Amino acid sequence: MITENSTVVSIARPKRARTMVSRRMQKIPSSGIRRFFDLIASIDGVISLGVGEPDYATPWHICESAVYAMERGRTMYTSNYGLLELRQGLSRHLEARYGLEYDPGRELLITAGVSEALDLALRAVLNPGEEVIAPEPSYVSYAPCTIMAGGVFVSVPTYAEDGFQVRAVDIRDRINQRTKAILLNYPNNPTGSVLDRAEMVKVAEVARQHDLLVISDEIYDRLVYEVEHTCFASLPGMRERTILLGGFSKAYAMTGWRVGYAAAPADIIEAMMKIHQYTMLCAPIMAQVAAIEALRAGESDVQEMVADYGQRRRVMVKGLNDIGLACSEPQGAFYAFPSIKTTGLSSVEFAERLLKEERVVVVPGSAFGSSGEGHIRCCYAVSLPEMEEALERMGRFVERHRR
Amino acid sequence: MKEILKVLEQDARTTPEQIAIMTGKSLAEVKEVIREAERDRTIIKYKTIVNWDKLGEEQVWALIEVKVSPQRDVGFDAMAERIYRFPEARTVYLVSGTYDLAVFVTGKTMQEVAAFVAEKLASLDSVQGTVTHFLLKRYKEDGEILVDRGERGERLAISP
Ligand SMILES: Cc1ncc(COP(=O)(O)O)c(C=O)c1O
Repeated sequence: MITENSTVVSIARPKRARTMVSRRMQKIPSSGIRRFFDLIASIDGVISLGVGEPDYATPWHICESAVYAMERGRTMYTSNYGLLELRQGLSRHLEARYGLEYDPGRELLITAGVSEALDLALRAVLNPGEEVIAPEPSYVSYAPCTIMAGGVFVSVPTYAEDGFQVRAVDIRDRINQRTKAILLNYPNNPTGSVLDRAEMVKVAEVARQHDLLVISDEIYDRLVYEVEHTCFASLPGMRERTILLGGFSKAYAMTGWRVGYAAAPADIIEAMMKIHQYTMLCAPIMAQVAAIEALRAGESDVQEMVADYGQRRRVMVKGLNDIGLACSEPQGAFYAFPSIKTTGLSSVEFAERLLKEERVVVVPGSAFGSSGEGHIRCCYAVSLPEMEEALERMGRFVERHRR
Repeated sequence: MKEILKVLEQDARTTPEQIAIMTGKSLAEVKEVIREAERDRTIIKYKTIVNWDKLGEEQVWALIEVKVSPQRDVGFDAMAERIYRFPEARTVYLVSGTYDLAVFVTGKTMQEVAAFVAEKLASLDSVQGTVTHFLLKRYKEDGEILVDRGERGERLAISP
């Protein structure tokens, strides 16, 4: 059994009378994902559906642009806001895709990934004790980052029956005097769900009525299948109260570069920039140069990859349903989030035993909050032969553990 | 149609059943599209890219630049046909630039290829001249990188 402690035990305890770790950090559990690392490392022949990134290498023209820049000595700090050329490119990109106008000078900030942008956004807006409401299952960073920013994380469960789409009324029911922001993530990690425009409009209405900020993590905006992505900030009246977080990691297969951005009204960007300035200084220049190239000439790469993920998605969804793990068709990102009810195992038990017995990695749904229990996350950004082999192994596993 | 052909172009061994799942089309439709494409030669052939170097197989390849004087009435096509009918000419293109036909020729030895060029190509009436480039190393063939790089990026087995 892997317990929360098993990773901690291996770390030597220094002999001090009291812990030097802050109470705040003591309260934050280590990620439900991290604890699988050691176990995986000890097993050979593992097929992983537990990944959260593309299986493509970054398109070569993007890599090459960074190599070229380095050869010419572009290895220095950039403006705290990021390279102006990149901000200008982004500004044009957001205008062309979503009809949104952001001033490259004051309303865009280049960050070391959406990860950093999220942290900056939360720290820039939260006063101690203020609450952030977010649909759950949710990306693993949301609750910890909210707490680290001094806020309180309030989750709104979402359900498989609704395709894991949040209901605006459920958000409204959790609003109180301390509520500051709604944190959305559509297309969603881990469920792959996309929020219908009609419901999104209702969420916008709730935000307006209660004068709330909306932090919208749209890192998967380009990875949608047979639907159009609606950018939350593009809804009427929402640009003023939205912090849009976007990135390059998923759409352009650039996870390791560490580059992303925030787009928001100038006062918020200014506050975020202050934190960024003192903690990160700037995003890596090589990554920024690569991002310029991605925006300039990466569109056909995106379309090719999306078409490919779309096909693999169908194979994954059909395969999961065929082996008895009920799964509706996700419309975005690259995750399927099937139910494991047929087995009667908890999601952690399922993931652990599947790894030990059949050497397939999936992520237990509970890693994304308690409403993820009863599900597992399977990433379909893997090759078809691998996916088929994984599904076959999982089929055997489910057969054995059927209750 | 295009989507189905793209899948096959990537991997000719993908079964119609699999393609139906991948594209969300019915099996009957997929089979029909493939049958029709095979019939009208939209699909020309299913082949395998073999890296013969791995077997230590001696095979010589050369790119021959061929400069021709086009013939009245028939232009380059008749010349090209004279050449592409030789089985030794594996690929034949009409190109713009300093020469006209690019011909990829294969043989067991350099002598064999050289003999083909001298006796069969250069001797054709309207061929004004040829330049032979022997292939030294194949890096990439029809979109597939052939050289082993052994550097496939290591993805973490589990990530958020
Ligand atoms: C919802 C979500 N937000 C943010 C991130 C982090 O993205 P970045 O690589 O830009 O930091 C991820 C990565 O998995 C994600 O799934």
